[in-house]
Amino acid sequence: MNHVIGFILSLVMTLVAAWAAIQSDLPVTWVIIGIMILALLQAGVQLFMFMHVTEASSGNGHVPWNMMFHGFALAGIVVAGSLFVMSFGHDHGDHGDMGDMQQQEEQHSEDHNGH
Amino acid sequence: MHITDILVTGEPIIYGAMVSMALGGLAILFVLTYFKKWGWLWREWLTSVDHKKIGVMYILSALLMLFRGGVDAMMMRVQLAFPDLGFLNSQHYNEIFTTHGTIMIIFMAMPFLIGLMNIIVPLQIGARDFAFPYLNALSFWSFFFGMALFNISFVIGGSPDAGWTSYTPLSGAAMSPGPGQNFYLMGLQLSGIGTLATGINLMVTILKMRAPGMKLFHMPIFTWSTLVTCFIIVFAFPILTVALALLTIDRIFGSQFFTLTGEGLPMMWANLFWMWGHPEVYIVILPAFGIFSEVISTFAKKRLFGYNVMVWSMIVIALLSFLVWVHHFFTMGAGAFVNSVFSVSTMLIAVPTGVKIFNWLATLYKSKIEFTVPMLWSLAFIPSFILGGVTGVMLGMAAADYQFHNSYFLIAHFHYVLIAGTVFACFAGLVFWYPKMFGHKMNERLGRWAFWLFFFGFHVCFFPQYFLGLDGMPRRLFITNVAEWLPLNVISTVGAAGMALGFVVFVYNVYYSFRYSERETTGDSWNGNGRTLEWATTTPVPYYNFATVPYVDEIDPYVRMKEEGKTTFEEDKVKPIHMPSYTGQPFIFMALLGLASFGLIFEWMYLAVFGLIGGVVMMIRRSFDYDDGYYVSVEEIKETEKKARGL
Repeated sequence: MNHVIGFILSLVMTLVAAWAAIQSDLPVTWVIIGIMILALLQAGVQLFMFMHVTEASSGNGHVPWNMMFHGFALAGIVVAGSLFVMSFGHDHGDHGDMGDMQQQEEQHSEDHNGH
Repeated sequence: MHITDILVTGEPIIYGAMVSMALGGLAILFVLTYFKKWGWLWREWLTSVDHKKIGVMYILSALLMLFRGGVDAMMMRVQLAFPDLGFLNSQHYNEIFTTHGTIMIIFMAMPFLIGLMNIIVPLQIGARDFAFPYLNALSFWSFFFGMALFNISFVIGGSPDAGWTSYTPLSGAAMSPGPGQNFYLMGLQLSGIGTLATGINLMVTILKMRAPGMKLFHMPIFTWSTLVTCFIIVFAFPILTVALALLTIDRIFGSQFFTLTGEGLPMMWANLFWMWGHPEVYIVILPAFGIFSEVISTFAKKRLFGYNVMVWSMIVIALLSFLVWVHHFFTMGAGAFVNSVFSVSTMLIAVPTGVKIFNWLATLYKSKIEFTVPMLWSLAFIPSFILGGVTGVMLGMAAADYQFHNSYFLIAHFHYVLIAGTVFACFAGLVFWYPKMFGHKMNERLGRWAFWLFFFGFHVCFFPQYFLGLDGMPRRLFITNVAEWLPLNVISTVGAAGMALGFVVFVYNVYYSFRYSERETTGDSWNGNGRTLEWATTTPVPYYNFATVPYVDEIDPYVRMKEEGKTTFEEDKVKPIHMPSYTGQPFIFMALLGLASFGLIFEWMYLAVFGLIGGVVMMIRRSFDYDDGYYVSVEEIKETEKKARGL
């Protein structure tokens, strides 16, 4: 039962995120914040409804702490590493690459709104 | 739409390939029908979830891809040795170096090693199959259809031509229109599903299904290398999946992640690609290290020297492999600080690797070496790989890399590590475990011929390329009729021919051994030198692997088992064995996803949607699948074992 609810919840949240990006008239900042929140909720659904985080009975033997730690470490490497590398190490001006990416996103959603 | 719109036309070589593919296909259909083998093929192989059969299918596919990638390589070598012949045009040359690289890494090296892991790892840890046998079949078929998709590209639609790294913006829709790059993206994406699933599957198998008493630090070193590799797969492949998906969306749906326009970041592709790509080269080298360790300790007849250090050095290599990716694009233009960080982390990798080399030498030291064919491959690996490793450290120095980058020096370097490391290991492992798979050894005399031809061919082919690189010859160059490069290029091509000849002898040996080799009577095929549990099973290995699983509390348990006269068949302890049922679902599921990918490649959306819906239906079908397998009866086990052991 837990699995069915979790499955439906994750589908709904995915569809809401897609709707927010493609169809809604929300400002871009809100769309981004909304997607972020949905992503966190999504991760929560996965962990609690599918991935045994609540199963303490076997001495936490099934809790994937280990893999979660590795996952976070890797995400850290990917994000921090990409920012470090793509900054090229000599461009500390106001228009860093984060700015670029954001602009790109903005332009994107504008494009879609245009259709 | 007319058929010529999607078929590649106008190239005599490709017409030849089309005809030979059509004839080969017809011949296979004819043989299967004539000998009434369709049912056999479906029941015994296509629906199989047996890890040993899936492993054999992986290895056969990998050998086929070694042939295809090798033909690509030979065509390049012919072009480079005879640049005035007009053998290839520049477009065809671009396509060939792209498919050569992609096929050799993704569809040859990885499946070959995964095939060996499939067959050997459960046997080494005393398991009866993978943790998820259905998923294992799914992995194989996703690889198979990904491979098929990638390989039909050169007759239908045109091959990808932007290099195996597929750098943007060149590989984007603006500069590479048409289906070519889509074949690359979808072929890799589809087979990537299988690789990731295998990584998880093997990880769970190794962590949960070891023989009673076997701690992690009792595991055979090949199993250890597999476990570490699985961790790298699980953490690196999602990066590739995301990068491929982004580029696919760029190309097919017009987004601008990696484009020059719309403030895309073309270099972000290189960044993401190598974040996966560097761990990827360790995915193909660590299992190779595992194979060499097994072979060397078996034929040196000693326990592996420094077992614990060997394990820890693999773990350290795995960690470092995620921290060095920028050394593939030092010349991107990043500042000195960025490059220095990655230069240092790159050179650090030489430390654990060096530790391993010394441990192999120490294992050999003062031992009574038996020069079998797998041992020859392993002994040849050590000096050859060091040549590749040392030039790798040279390339790792960012300042010097500005000179070496994209020259033949780099080509020579990575062929020295990948061929002397991975390919030698594939041959060593295949010959070593061949009797376990097929019930007979490969002929030693032909095996030695194959080895020496390939070994000398390899050095003659790639050693001159270091000097070509230092003479300034860039990679991926089509016109090379520069007088001072020509002699070395001709020598290199001669070496390539030697390697091709070695491969032909190897394949002939498969046939020759099938016809004439003595059949194995014991499971311990190499003169009773086996040290780990896979040699404790009978040959051929029964489908349930172990009648009774022995208790293991040391490294190389089979050595003591032999001394104490124990086997994997203790008659009074036999219990019914739970085995998984065969199923055709994985094949059908992946065929549907292959169809969807094919639709996406040509942007035929109805076909893509149809295939994807089919995939979802197969997933629902699987969710309501209550087949829990079956039990093998005690009588059947006893009968099988007694027959195999001649009791």
